[in-house]
Amino acid sequence: MSEPKRVGLFVTCLVDLFRPSVGFAAVRLLEAAGCEVTVPSVQTCCGQPAYNSGDSADTRDIARGVVRAFRDFDYVVAPSGSCAGMIVKHYPELFRDDPAMAAEAEELAGRTHELVSFLTDVCGVTSVPGKYDGTVTYHDSCSGLRELKVKQQPRALLATVDGLDLRELPGAETCCGFGGTFCVKYADVSVEIVGRKSADIRASGADALLAGDMGCLLNMAGRLKREGSDIEVRHVAEVLAGMLNQPAIGDGQS
Amino acid sequence: MQPTSHAFKQNAKRAMVDTPLQESLRRLETGFTAARQAAADGLPEFEDLRDEARGIKNHVLEHLDLYLERFESRVTEKGGQVHWCETPRDARNAILEICRKVGARTVTKGKSMVAEEIALNPFLEENGIEPVETDLGEYIIQLADEPPSHIIGPAVHKTKDQVSDLFHEHHQKYGKTERIEEPEALVAEAREILRQKYFDADVGITGANFLIAETGSTVIVTNEGNGDLTQMLPRIHIVVASLEKIVPTLEDVSTILRVLARSATGQEMSVYTTFSTGPKRPEDLDGPDEFHVVLLDNGRSEMLGTELQELLRCIRCGACMNHCPVYHAVGGHTYGWVYPGPIGAALDPHLIGLEEARHLPNASTFCGRCEEVCPMRIPLPKIMRHWREQAFEHHVSPSPERFAIRLWAAIAKRPMLYHLGTRIAMAVLGRLGRRRGRFASLPLAGGWTGGRDLPAPEGRTFQAMWAARGGRTGR
Repeated sequence: MSEPKRVGLFVTCLVDLFRPSVGFAAVRLLEAAGCEVTVPSVQTCCGQPAYNSGDSADTRDIARGVVRAFRDFDYVVAPSGSCAGMIVKHYPELFRDDPAMAAEAEELAGRTHELVSFLTDVCGVTSVPGKYDGTVTYHDSCSGLRELKVKQQPRALLATVDGLDLRELPGAETCCGFGGTFCVKYADVSVEIVGRKSADIRASGADALLAGDMGCLLNMAGRLKREGSDIEVRHVAEVLAGMLNQPAIGDGQS
Repeated sequence: MQPTSHAFKQNAKRAMVDTPLQESLRRLETGFTAARQAAADGLPEFEDLRDEARGIKNHVLEHLDLYLERFESRVTEKGGQVHWCETPRDARNAILEICRKVGARTVTKGKSMVAEEIALNPFLEENGIEPVETDLGEYIIQLADEPPSHIIGPAVHKTKDQVSDLFHEHHQKYGKTERIEEPEALVAEAREILRQKYFDADVGITGANFLIAETGSTVIVTNEGNGDLTQMLPRIHIVVASLEKIVPTLEDVSTILRVLARSATGQEMSVYTTFSTGPKRPEDLDGPDEFHVVLLDNGRSEMLGTELQELLRCIRCGACMNHCPVYHAVGGHTYGWVYPGPIGAALDPHLIGLEEARHLPNASTFCGRCEEVCPMRIPLPKIMRHWREQAFEHHVSPSPERFAIRLWAAIAKRPMLYHLGTRIAMAVLGRLGRRRGRFASLPLAGGWTGGRDLPAPEGRTFQAMWAARGGRTGR
């Protein structure tokens, strides 16, 4: 048997703070795929809030910390297309005037992946531990979709989950209106956009909504719950890993 | 037009409760996105053509001076005249001077965004010249006294009912007293009224989708044929165009045309593609006696060699706004100036100043769909981010926002502080939110909770739980 892949898990701040279950689901999936998972304790955030607000000096400082924290792994994996996209697409760009750092950022970018696409494309995973009894629909989060081309991978793995019926979401590739700091800076517009998304989610007829990014999930769950919907909202990793003990996002202890 | 971009938030609020506008935006979203997708899917070489089109424009932008001079000499050879105009004022004055020379009272106009950019209509009116818009959409908004809300569908925000009302109100003076509703009848009425205007006009003004250096030709694409009548019937044809519209050859135009209409409306080609080369020659049956090209810079040459250069590839197809979730929610007028949507968010700060246009590059979710569909592959989000950086650096961003971001960054740079702070905060929030699983309101989170709940955190952070169970942390 070959050496296990040494994976550094980039938890992402939203999973770390709001939904640790997603982190544990990611660990279970990675370990099931034969990876040795480490979670460097010096990690915080990828820097997107600062980056998207035009604060590039702070972003560079944060990015340097991430580069340092994840030097020693074969791969860096994040349960988020947005944060992985930040590292893969934007870190090299951030250091374009600093050749030494740019080279390090490029090197990190080359071994950084979004969780689900890592499982399928790098680990060759074709079956997962999860079982699910019900109909789900899946929203393609923008960064994962457009920056990292995550589209078929989650669908392929969801298709292997026992009992799960995947129903395509109308407008699955349309933004949910989260947009990081956009959702509070332009709250009215953000709410209008997520309102349209929630109408599409309801129209899908699914019992549950899945996606691969906590930001979008908090936004869509928050809107669905405000509308009184009982559609369950979960990160796709929870379903793939079969870790459904935690109440769904925005649902209370019943 | 006087920009209202600084009032983006108020504009957006109004737009989102404007029911007819919202109806129109829904139609636009579903119609244009499906049409573009079908057109792109129907042409196997579409992606390659996009690359080629980008290459053509990139080449031109590297040699803009050369191609502009060649264009001018070809226009002159053919008997036309090029007027170099650095500012909108220069362009307006050049046009007025040409109009005055022939004593023009009425000018017909084809659709031109550059004419909007230089605010030509009010200027002509102030000087006693009646401008008549001949593109149906432009004609409608001229009656409504509104700016365009979309660069290829200026009246895309108007419903059929609103058009009926406008025609009923403004066509009385032509003896049209009955309010009509059928789209065909509305078009026929506009056509009948405009027909006489073409004959009355002394000068016809059109824009240009392309200027061809090889031949000195200007090109317009339309679906109504109004452009042809505008430029063929009056004695004088004035083309008003910005200098980045230049392409080297006819061959290049034919390449870019293959991505233009497909990206814009999903058509393979627009209904009319009209090439104008100089004034009427002795052997020609039709055509103007004079042919003028008013070539506008308005800050574009300053964009060369900067982060903004790629914006000069834009062919004004409108695909970016047709696919933008923010545009779909708020419509074009909310952006408050001539160019709305993602292209406006990237371009307007340069044209009207970052202070005025500050909201535009910020009011984007960075979903990236604009860049995905832009036929010229302009990295619109990247350019919006450039403006955000400028705004942050020059303290144009509001202070509370800057403070919040810098505070988060200060914590994110210090893992010990991050762990301590987040553990306490999540423990509190987790306890408060455990029963319901969400918050309907929360101090300092009003922006979020105005229209949605905030899901409660589980209570412990992942990193704390991981450490507690002895997981590998690499230290």
